Amino acid sequence: MSDWRVKYKSTVKDPGTPGILKIREGMLLFVPNNPNSDSKLKVLTPNIKSQKYTKEGSNKPPWLNLTNKQGRSHIFEFENYQDMHSCRGFITKALAKCEEEPKKPAVSTSAEQASIADLKRRFEVLRENSELQRLHKEFVETKVLTEDEFWATRKKLLGKDSIRKSKQQLGLKSMMVSGIKPSTDGRTNRVTFNLTSEIIFQIFAEKPAVRQAFINYVPSKMTEKDFWTKYFRAEYLYSTKNTAVAAAEAAEDEELAVFLKPDEILAQEARQKIRRVDPTLDMEADQGDDYTHLMDHGIQRDGTMDVVEPQSGQFRRSLLQDLNRHAAVVLEGRNIDVDSEDTKMVAEALAQVKQVSKADGETTKDANQERLARMSRVAEMEDLQAPQNFPLAPLSIKDPREYFESQQGNVVNEPRRSGTLKRNVHEAYGLLKESILEIRTKGLSDPLIKPEVAFEVFSSLTRTISTAKNIIGKNPRESFLNRLPKSTKDEVLHHWTSIQELLKHFWSSYPITTTYLHTKVGKLKDAMSNSYSQLEAMKESVQTELRHQLSLLVRPMQQALDAAFQHYESDLQRRTAKSVRGEANGGVV
Amino acid sequence: MIFKIEDVTVYFPYDNIYPEQYEYMVELKRALDAKGHCLLEMPTGTGKTIALLSLITSYRLSRPDSPIKLVYCTRTVHEMEKTLGELKILHDYQVRHLGAQAKILALGLSSRKNLCVNPKVLKAENRDSVDAACRKRTASWVRALAAENQNVELCDYFESYEKAADNALLPPGVYTLEDLREFGKNRGWCPYFLARHMVQFANVIVYSYQYLLDPKVAGIISKELQKETVVVFDEAHNIDNVCIEALSVSVRRVTLEGANRNLNKIRQEIDRFKASDAGRLRAEYNRLVEGLALRGDLSGTDQWLANPALPHDILKEAVPGNIRRAEHFVHVLRRLLQYLGGRLDTENVEKESPVSFVSSLNSQAGIEQKTLKFCYDRLHSLMMTLEITDTDEFLPIQTVCDFATLVGTYARGFSIIIEPYDERMPHIPDPILQLSCHDASLAIKPVFDRFQSVVITSGTLSPIDLYPRLLSFNPVVSRSFKMSMTRDCICPMVLTRGSDQLPVSTKFDMRSDPGVVRNYGKLLVEMVSVVPDGVVCFFVSYSYMDGIIATWNETGILKEITQQKLVFFETQDVVETTLALDNYRRACDCGRGAVFFSVARGKVAEGIDFDRHYGRLVVMFGVPFQYTLSKILLARLEYLRDTFQIKEGDFLTFDALRQAAQCVGRVIRSKADYGMMIFADKRYSRHDKRSKLPGWILSHLRDAHLNLSTDMAIHIAREFLRKMAQPYDKTGTMGRKTLLTQEDLEKMAETGVQDMVY
Repeated sequence: MSDWRVKYKSTVKDPGTPGILKIREGMLLFVPNNPNSDSKLKVLTPNIKSQKYTKEGSNKPPWLNLTNKQGRSHIFEFENYQDMHSCRGFITKALAKCEEEPKKPAVSTSAEQASIADLKRRFEVLRENSELQRLHKEFVETKVLTEDEFWATRKKLLGKDSIRKSKQQLGLKSMMVSGIKPSTDGRTNRVTFNLTSEIIFQIFAEKPAVRQAFINYVPSKMTEKDFWTKYFRAEYLYSTKNTAVAAAEAAEDEELAVFLKPDEILAQEARQKIRRVDPTLDMEADQGDDYTHLMDHGIQRDGTMDVVEPQSGQFRRSLLQDLNRHAAVVLEGRNIDVDSEDTKMVAEALAQVKQVSKADGETTKDANQERLARMSRVAEMEDLQAPQNFPLAPLSIKDPREYFESQQGNVVNEPRRSGTLKRNVHEAYGLLKESILEIRTKGLSDPLIKPEVAFEVFSSLTRTISTAKNIIGKNPRESFLNRLPKSTKDEVLHHWTSIQELLKHFWSSYPITTTYLHTKVGKLKDAMSNSYSQLEAMKESVQTELRHQLSLLVRPMQQALDAAFQHYESDLQRRTAKSVRGEANGGVV
Repeated sequence: MIFKIEDVTVYFPYDNIYPEQYEYMVELKRALDAKGHCLLEMPTGTGKTIALLSLITSYRLSRPDSPIKLVYCTRTVHEMEKTLGELKILHDYQVRHLGAQAKILALGLSSRKNLCVNPKVLKAENRDSVDAACRKRTASWVRALAAENQNVELCDYFESYEKAADNALLPPGVYTLEDLREFGKNRGWCPYFLARHMVQFANVIVYSYQYLLDPKVAGIISKELQKETVVVFDEAHNIDNVCIEALSVSVRRVTLEGANRNLNKIRQEIDRFKASDAGRLRAEYNRLVEGLALRGDLSGTDQWLANPALPHDILKEAVPGNIRRAEHFVHVLRRLLQYLGGRLDTENVEKESPVSFVSSLNSQAGIEQKTLKFCYDRLHSLMMTLEITDTDEFLPIQTVCDFATLVGTYARGFSIIIEPYDERMPHIPDPILQLSCHDASLAIKPVFDRFQSVVITSGTLSPIDLYPRLLSFNPVVSRSFKMSMTRDCICPMVLTRGSDQLPVSTKFDMRSDPGVVRNYGKLLVEMVSVVPDGVVCFFVSYSYMDGIIATWNETGILKEITQQKLVFFETQDVVETTLALDNYRRACDCGRGAVFFSVARGKVAEGIDFDRHYGRLVVMFGVPFQYTLSKILLARLEYLRDTFQIKEGDFLTFDALRQAAQCVGRVIRSKADYGMMIFADKRYSRHDKRSKLPGWILSHLRDAHLNLSTDMAIHIAREFLRKMAQPYDKTGTMGRKTLLTQEDLEKMAETGVQDMVY
């Protein structure tokens, strides 16, 4: 399975014995580097009661503390956080397996030959996919479909890939946030900047000098607020493009100068990265080769190369550079696991990640190897020879709808799961009014407005605003779903998936050759007529202005169901006729 | 596959071959047989390089008695690496089929900066300081000194290379720069000097144009190549520019100031030597009297850039008497500097021929033409005598001497232009004195004369009859190949109007029109939402790109683009651009998709491929004309008109369109690849402009695509991408073969080529 280089400590104070931690089937092994050392260790996985670990970004080294059922604890110090997390992942899996095992007999009674592993996968898939879970609940638990029938059509989900694709890290948005526009209150000259942890993360990732300054200055030299004020002061100086003023201010204030100066850390990183760049696009090497670019040799002003105003002084930074830098950061992705509000922790974690990757870059030869492999691949001509298949990383989009909707502009990003309270715009507005009235009569209470009410009002209002924006100039059919009240929308979508599921099973049962299929079709037909009536009911219940649109949406579903019913009827007739004839024949013979 | 072309057995490393590759080889073989030069235009994306390499190496194998050498010139280092990569595949294949007899030695050659492995030397920033740092450790007198003094630092790699002496050889194989460095590190030998040494044994040498065309470099590196050499200039559509650049020098104020400081230093050194080692100076004087400008047996490490004039123009005479003494020479140079300084003070643009410049120099500063001519050699000799190693410090005086030598040597084909400021920025005084060469044939002439066959090839050599005139040579073969298409895998379009039906153009009076800027932006916004993976945009200049991006950023268009794809930019900082390109490729690889913004005539347009998913669409915003008011350009146009009867307008359009074609032509690499090209300027719809595009693009440019607006272009793009996503038969349909197998080739050998291919 997997090995890690760790230090084992029996207590917190123990300096630790270096060695290898291995995870094998059902147990954890620790083998010290020094074979004479007596700290060899073997822990059976089922004995592990709990695991604790140090948080990334805290000043502590990466420790993992395992407590066994006897109450004894083992501490392992890892080389870095990545190792620790991967190890943790293995242990958790192993533990989960142990817990699964006792349940085995109970489950296997219902399933015929399904292995435990299969069951576990099914369980996991259900847990991750709420929609599927709902379907499962609706059909399997009501015995319309058997467990196996349900999963038979979803073998792919249970494939090995789906298991292996570990948690996918969330990417960053392509858009630049750096254009944080200040908001003014209109009366004074004061401007306000809104900083979110997302923005701070991006600033730190894109401008290592700022990050370093933050670590150095806050909170020893200044408060966080002062720090950001200074930062935006510097940004403002940039935006005025007045380099003389910037230079003057930087001369007076050395902390401000940090933000204005070209980023040393960045330059250093660039120098390091350039060595690892693909040699087939290394233009820097040309500069070292091209003898016409000897000073003053070659042609200077023939109009082929255009001139740009000479970059005056060090207080210049171009938009293009910023954009390049931003894109590079997005590409690197969110490489820290800290999801914290604490700015300091974010800064430190980022700095640490950078240091680790730097150390990697210097030592590993893998990167070089991979680079060469890539180069030889590029040199080949693909269609003159048999195709090669390269492994692709599986894309895991949990909810494709969320993805596509986010592409439609940045509108519909209200949290999906919070739809327990069902109110429409008018109700929401009413509530707001009501509570205002309440304040008038009773005076201010604490809290001013109930948070859930405020949230409901807010999301409702924004939705109407945003949907209105969506409808204008767009295909009305596409966005109609968004205009429906959330509950109705969910219901429609759910009906759609469940009808699809039923139809899939229905049609795959034909031609009916066994009695088993016969009963299955009967059950399915009942379930379908059930949903048919539900659809009717939904059409009735919805507000009048939406009814027409909704019926347009529902009609194809009903048509599909109708087709199924028709087929069922005709098939039934044919079979009865056949059986009658058969009997009749039998009678004659 | 292995097949025969007439009497040559060709080893080709793939299972299939394109018909045009086969034809290309046939033509190339004819040129080799005739021992003459040839000019071949073949579309990008048809495997020119591999066809060329496999024919020439196979040709060598088939004539074991008179082995030819291949010198392959690329424009850039990264193209060099790419070529060597392809050669590696070929070499592996040939060795697999033929065994040890197919083994060759092939290597790339570059400067110290790219080959050095000594970490202390590598710390230096640019090429010149790396060169100087290397000299400081390897010059012959430094090494002599180190034998006595333990504290003098030497380069261990060079020392062990020297110790191995003649045994320091590279085993046969294909070596990229990386491989050379690796080999050097493992053996402890200096890769740079090893590679330089191996040039005379190598069967294939890959290096950049300058190593053959620039007399300063060619004089030291390519001096000993035999006549039986095939020289290939790949991507040679810009070769005329490289030629004239190689012979052009300019002098600025800073150059003169630096040169003055250099002279002071030289003066001090002379005085020092006079006091301590007067014999050395006297020995030099005697040598010069005997007519030896340079000691013949310079060790490799002492070599400098060679004489800037072409080898057959250098006089084999003794250095004139008035500059034989070191002090006298310094005086002459001082007078020269003073004269040049005076000329730079001008307030008007001045244009002069070298003849009149030399005569006024003679009358005003008393320096004769012959003296000027020897400036370079005399300076070189002096620097050797004075044992100067930090050559990077002495670049200014070197530049001035190069200028003097060139101006003294050439009477025609050049002009001297003095400008007090750059036309486009008249408020910044920046006087410059330029000696610019107009005649591209000068620099390339020795190459044509010296070598048996010179192959000039590129994807865009249209019109193909212009190149023999510009370079004044007679090709035995001159052909332009069409591309046989399995399917219409390129889709060129001319976009003349924006979404509001108003014309778009980068014509000077229109380019800053907000409507045009917006229309260009909208075009891109729409396109990035339709096109998958990589999109490349080319602008006509840096300043235009800067401006348009700033406007897009303010109006939110850039934000709309970034919603769909990441954006990367070419900047004037090469390191930054390289990293941006690397990231761009990464973004395309991981499926995120990206847009790369670049500049026509820039470094990226010159040599980076945007094949496969790295470029599904190229947008050329505007027509990349040269800045037509430039004095140098005007002088060159005049010269072209007078000597070659080439009209100014024709040359300008030809030049702009070859740049545009170069930009868009890099989207496909093979016939399995596909890509769209958008020429976004109303001027492209005119016949006189459009017709200068290479034939293989023109043949795909349908009449219906000549006058599009943004919405129509989007529609076409959607259709095209849908069509390209369908599976297809790679070997070609309807009797037209676009991919040949071994069998097809054998059949073809019987029936003849033509009826199979088209």
